[in-house]
Amino acid sequence: MLPDFNQTVPIDQIGVEERVARFRTRSIKKESKLFALKLALRMVDLTTLEGMDSPGKVRQLCYKALYPHKIDPDIPRVAAICVYPNRVRLAVEILKGSGIHVASVATSFPSGMGTMESRIDEVKYAVDEGADEIDMVISRWAFLKGDYSYVFDEIAMIKEACGPAHLKVILETGELETYENVRKASDIAMYAGADFIKTSTGKISPAATMPVTLVMLYAIRDYYLKTGNKIGMKPAGGIRDAKTALHYLAMVKETLGADWLDPDLFRFGASSLANDLLMQIIKQKTGHYQSPDYFSIG
Amino acid sequence: MSEKEVITRQSLRFDELWTYDPAPESPDYVKIEEQYNLFIDGKFQEPASGRYFETINPANEKLLSRVARADKSDLDMAVAAARKAYDGIWSRMPAKERGKYIYRIARLLQERAREFAILESMDTGKPIRESRDIDIPIVIAHFFYYAGWADKLKYAFPGVDPRPLGVAGQIIPWNFPLLMAAWKIAPALATGNTVVIKPASSTPLTLLRLGELIRDAGLPAGVVNIVTGPGEIGSAIANHPGIDKIAFTGSTEIGRTIQEASLRTGKKYTLELGGKAANIVFDDAPVEEAVEGIVNGIFFNQGHVCCAGSRLLVQEGVADELVHKLKMRMETLILGDPLDKNTDIGAINSKGQLDSILGYLTEGVDNGQQIYQTKCELPEKGYWCRPTLVENVSQSHRIVQEEVFGPVLTIQTFRTPAEAVSLANNSPYGLSGGVWTDKGSKIFKVGKGIRAGVIWANTFNKFDPTSPFGGYKESGMGREGGIHGLLPYLELS
Repeated sequence: MLPDFNQTVPIDQIGVEERVARFRTRSIKKESKLFALKLALRMVDLTTLEGMDSPGKVRQLCYKALYPHKIDPDIPRVAAICVYPNRVRLAVEILKGSGIHVASVATSFPSGMGTMESRIDEVKYAVDEGADEIDMVISRWAFLKGDYSYVFDEIAMIKEACGPAHLKVILETGELETYENVRKASDIAMYAGADFIKTSTGKISPAATMPVTLVMLYAIRDYYLKTGNKIGMKPAGGIRDAKTALHYLAMVKETLGADWLDPDLFRFGASSLANDLLMQIIKQKTGHYQSPDYFSIG
Repeated sequence: MSEKEVITRQSLRFDELWTYDPAPESPDYVKIEEQYNLFIDGKFQEPASGRYFETINPANEKLLSRVARADKSDLDMAVAAARKAYDGIWSRMPAKERGKYIYRIARLLQERAREFAILESMDTGKPIRESRDIDIPIVIAHFFYYAGWADKLKYAFPGVDPRPLGVAGQIIPWNFPLLMAAWKIAPALATGNTVVIKPASSTPLTLLRLGELIRDAGLPAGVVNIVTGPGEIGSAIANHPGIDKIAFTGSTEIGRTIQEASLRTGKKYTLELGGKAANIVFDDAPVEEAVEGIVNGIFFNQGHVCCAGSRLLVQEGVADELVHKLKMRMETLILGDPLDKNTDIGAINSKGQLDSILGYLTEGVDNGQQIYQTKCELPEKGYWCRPTLVENVSQSHRIVQEEVFGPVLTIQTFRTPAEAVSLANNSPYGLSGGVWTDKGSKIFKVGKGIRAGVIWANTFNKFDPTSPFGGYKESGMGREGGIHGLLPYLELS
């Protein structure tokens, strides 16, 4: 049964931010730190989404995904790389057989202001090229106008166009502004067929924040409690350092439990995070920090 | 099946795959003396009796130190020193200069905050997260706040000439040893009074260390005097003819005897006593944040909080969902070593207190109450109580009427706002209360209906030095904090 999206789930802004402050006091040390650093690395969607993304740039990113660190073979690989549709084929070729997913933004990313036909065509193109994950954007104009069924329907149509590919729905929370809006958009996305809900395109500030992510985790939890279905979460943009990533994981663990500590249900959309995680993993193993020059860029 | 029934069916696995390694604060950061003396007339002095009592760490039952046992003659000396300092220096000193001394105490505390936090956690059993992030910062804020009032009293009470009372006798409980001392010492000093103060016998160490800090800050001898000892010495303070004003925080039972003694000896008095606060959750409340507020309301400081939200009143329509989510949240609470930075629930302050809490729970089981406890493991040594919910209770049960002073929450449901208010007020206490709703007008309507000194809306257990705190009915009289907190220490005619 669909909820009535005209109803608003009340959220107390100060309460959410205080809860997040508690997660930030979690002190993660020793073995539990190494475990979490490796887990976080396995959850990264290594991303490049620029107008200047030449094949050369995408090739470099894919090799970074394949060979995260030159010495230590024990270091895990990232979950996926995320590129524009016209770079999907190249990425698929390089990453073939590696188990690393290829995600593509589509649906007139980042604004979503294309015609419905062109947005659906773009999704089909990316899937045909070999993308197994599609990151779509919702029509924020329709959402903010109160046209929730428009947003619901567009997500349902895109989901259908995805076929076997997993669908991540980007809410662009920086434009929705309030936590109540974030909650409502999360609910719409999940009931319309999202496999993942995702905070941001990375093109708007603020991008992912811990409070916004917590509101979305609560939405995922309620959806699970009501339907038994597990939806994934992807904060994207603005998560640059390992310490922040570990606090996100503490938040996931204490809100949704161990099942969501898995790349199938939680991802970080980030580009520079991977190297900070690598640096901290090496520090944890050797006891020494190494210069950033010892970590290849993506 | 309706959606409401479905939401309580699924559960989540919290304690698997990834648990946090220990991240303890170092007890070695704090040097604890083998023995502490009485702080009288600016010096640490041996007690006349030559006797000492032990203070232990309730998390491991290990001895922390031995502390002087004051008797009547020691108290006489302390009162005489306070009187001399009052007459000779403190009441005559320009108010601006008094203020500077209090600012100095605040600054020194700020510099030594970590040391005080660790010591407080060792002596009380409270988690370091709380002593570090709540107790000590509010202690410091109180000294800063009242330092500012010292030379502005005429502006606080225009048209009158506010004058100090003389020697203030202050009796401190064991739940927030340094914080309650700060609530009392700061306004007393700012208004020009001198102090004889007694910490609880199970938690004297941070106040004694504050004595060292006050000495090092160069306060004139005798302005603050600390006498340690058993309950009898508190009673002697209440009856002492040389003391002009009593400030007491503790149980209602002792509060009554203090009130009698104060009336008999003509002292002014303020009493900060027990509570049994209702935390009222309406069906339009933000549920997740309400769960968080309930947790902070009752499990903060193991429930050793006079204003704890120990009675949950929840509107029937959301009760199942709320309690289900509350139980899930409780599974993520980490109980253990108070010095571990990840600990959420520390140790019960003493064996006596633990026995008292467990007594209520045993009686509850006998009465057919439904008791839910989290599954966390308890350490072998020390005094511990799992976070506990008690369902299937009503107003006539003792556990609903009396202050348990532990991590024990009773749960009752209500149907209408009027019923919620009448349940909330059906208590001998009236210290605090909580209202959870998304609707602003309901906050004001229900908040005005509850007869309690502090009402929190969509939050709980928030403290600020600018805000008055105190109770109705058996929760006490007089206010601490804010401008109101100056009044009990001043003559205003």
